[in-house]
Amino acid sequence: MSPFIPDWSLQQKGTSDQRRHQAKVKEALKRQLGDLVTEESILTSERGHRVKIPIRSLQQFKFRFDPWQGERVGQGQGSAKPGDVLGRLPERASGSGNDGPAGDAPGVDYFEAEISIEDVEDMLFRELGLPYLESKPEARVVQPQWMFKDIARRGLMGNLDKRRSLKANLLRNAKAGQIAVGGWTPEDLRFKTWVPEEVQEHNAVVVAMRDISGSMGDFKKKMARMFAFWMLRFLRSQYQSVDVVFLVHHTGAREVSEQEFFELGESGGTKVSSVYELCEEVVRQRYPAAYWNIYPIHFSDGDNWSDADNRRTVDSIRRLLSVSNVLGYAEIREGGYSSTLMSQFSKIQHPRFKIVTITKREDLYPALKTFFPRTDGGESGA
Amino acid sequence: MLSPYPDDQDLWQLAVDHGLEPCPVIFDQVPAAVLYEHAAYLIPGRMAHWSFGKQYQMLKMRHDYGVGKLYEMVVNTNPAYAFLLDSNSPLENTLIRCHVMGHVDFFQTNQAFSESPDNMIDVAGHHADRIRQYEFQFGKNVVEDLLDRVMAIEEHADWCHPFRQPENRQVPERRLGLRDSGGDYEDLSPSPADRPRRHLTKPRTYPTFDLLEFLMNESEHLEDWQRDVIGMVREEMRYFWPQIRTKIMNEGWATYWHLRLMHELELDDRDFVDFARLHASVVAPNGWQINPYGLGSSVFQSIHQKGGDRELFLVREIEEDTSFLRNHLTTDLVQELNLFIFGPDQRDLVIKSQDAKAVRDQLVRELTHGGIPVISVVDGDFHNRGELYLRHHHDGLDLDIRYAEETLRHLYCLWGRPVHIQTVANERPMVLSCDAKEVTKSTL
Repeated sequence: MSPFIPDWSLQQKGTSDQRRHQAKVKEALKRQLGDLVTEESILTSERGHRVKIPIRSLQQFKFRFDPWQGERVGQGQGSAKPGDVLGRLPERASGSGNDGPAGDAPGVDYFEAEISIEDVEDMLFRELGLPYLESKPEARVVQPQWMFKDIARRGLMGNLDKRRSLKANLLRNAKAGQIAVGGWTPEDLRFKTWVPEEVQEHNAVVVAMRDISGSMGDFKKKMARMFAFWMLRFLRSQYQSVDVVFLVHHTGAREVSEQEFFELGESGGTKVSSVYELCEEVVRQRYPAAYWNIYPIHFSDGDNWSDADNRRTVDSIRRLLSVSNVLGYAEIREGGYSSTLMSQFSKIQHPRFKIVTITKREDLYPALKTFFPRTDGGESGA
Repeated sequence: MLSPYPDDQDLWQLAVDHGLEPCPVIFDQVPAAVLYEHAAYLIPGRMAHWSFGKQYQMLKMRHDYGVGKLYEMVVNTNPAYAFLLDSNSPLENTLIRCHVMGHVDFFQTNQAFSESPDNMIDVAGHHADRIRQYEFQFGKNVVEDLLDRVMAIEEHADWCHPFRQPENRQVPERRLGLRDSGGDYEDLSPSPADRPRRHLTKPRTYPTFDLLEFLMNESEHLEDWQRDVIGMVREEMRYFWPQIRTKIMNEGWATYWHLRLMHELELDDRDFVDFARLHASVVAPNGWQINPYGLGSSVFQSIHQKGGDRELFLVREIEEDTSFLRNHLTTDLVQELNLFIFGPDQRDLVIKSQDAKAVRDQLVRELTHGGIPVISVVDGDFHNRGELYLRHHHDGLDLDIRYAEETLRHLYCLWGRPVHIQTVANERPMVLSCDAKEVTKSTL
């Protein structure tokens, strides 16, 4: 008996179906963007490096039993006895909501996906937009750039403009009374060539302000840092140059370095107006609105010193709004009620004033979208 | 030089001499990529779907990391196909061939497989061709969406009568009455083209556990090619059901026989140590999860000790996992195999009991219906509005509600009208309903 054995290796369905699965995972990743923007291993990766993160593979829904319920039979090595602890139960996700990633059930399939910060940027920045972008006419930074805008009769063959050459050839033949293409001569050829051109640049400045009073804990620092991280990345992808000014405050405000901005933690009370007034000062002296797109953003937990100071802050904000592209206030809290500052701020009705509240990691992504809505002039407030 | 190891034919003869009844086996040594592909699709040449690609990727990743190596895979056809990893050593391959003899004998003789077709590779291949044709005709995404939906309920095919042919769909005597009556009032009814296509006869309805067959025959929402796709998935699932029902027996039988046949060979000392080590790794518990190879082979060993070959061969023929364990998992075996019941206690997983009877009963409960919830069609014309009403036959374990909700959405797309499922959650009867917009819960 010599049975026919097909050459199984020719089928290769596994590879193409695997690719399809990966493509579907990528689609699903887009939906998981909210998780990815707070994935620290991605944020701290070096440029160009790919980070391996565990990704839930696509779930295939079925009628199945609740994996947390009931008892099961197991098998031990010999010394097992009743009462032995085998392990901890996995954290069950809150609620049984219809949407959002559900908890990680036992036996959920994970596999590692390689993802780089550029992949995340790619997906994220497609979701964001720059509202109220204005060209600042006086902000002309003369930067000659070489543009292919002219046509010449001589040039490099690689830059041959075929369409124009064809037209020239036709025209010449037509003049000679013959309507056809052909009989090429060097004088028919047209070449694209370049001219120097002055390009106007958009410039932006971010004034990042942070509350470093005693009440700002680790979580709040981390959220402020992650938010600032993506905000700067995004603005840098949109403008040729982005300046950043870092201001911190408790009862008084001062300018600090980037490192200090993210690491400082001090005790003391809070006077929010101080930092907004310093911001006004910085803008007035160093970044006049005629030349710069201005993005002030303030992180705080909203615990302000007094009502009088709240009012003073609101006045300052109104002045700043007239010169800013977007003015953001991100209140970072761990649960609890709205702050007094928040209730004062919510009274400011201005399309360029954006308020968000961040109480958990998942809030970060919606917050970014609120600040930088995809369509211009998005009125979506907090 | 003569190989010290017996060849395929020698081993086949050895198996027959010991009373096994394998059909001819075609052994094929394949590279890892091919073996893992077959293991992901379970039938070589089966239809394409991303879920098989996911499985393939998972298996291959584990292989690359050196955990969970697959040595072989057998397809239940006649002649049977057995795929061996080409990197196996000759000794490993000898043990695996003995193991395969056990599987092939089991496929041939166990009652659960009595009606399995013996050309499943051809059948699945035809299915794959038809799916490809439909992809060409209707679009890849359209076919993929349909398969996603059908596969969500694929286990719910008739497993009691695995190869009963589905009843012929009788086209309902439809649409008599108004449509053709015309007569005096003809001018009042809109012209046939404007008239909504409404069914004037009731959808047929009958209680069944075979959701796939019911949808295939009774859904008014599907086109013929879509019914055909459901039929193909159903046919493949019914090929798998006997394997689901006999997982522990099947692996146990193959393990029992590789042990017994290997002892018949004249292995030198070094090979014998290697063989013993390999066998030990096959039957070792995996963490605190039950190893079906170890459990099944131990039960067969104990049956053999007590009842000899006669009892042994009888059991392999007439039992399936649930009855096999209920009848033959003794107190001694529960202790010897260190089986226990564990479950959640506060935030920990804790061993609850080692009582033999409790362990046996719990194990049988877990294996009942392959560990898949039992669901039946109650009414295909619920509310007199053609809605589909299903019932989960609750037997102590609740459904995973989130999964059930998503599955209902798939079902809605197949049925085309609202779909309901009655179940019990936290000891309260409840109904999940899905319409075009959302899934809602209500208590009964």
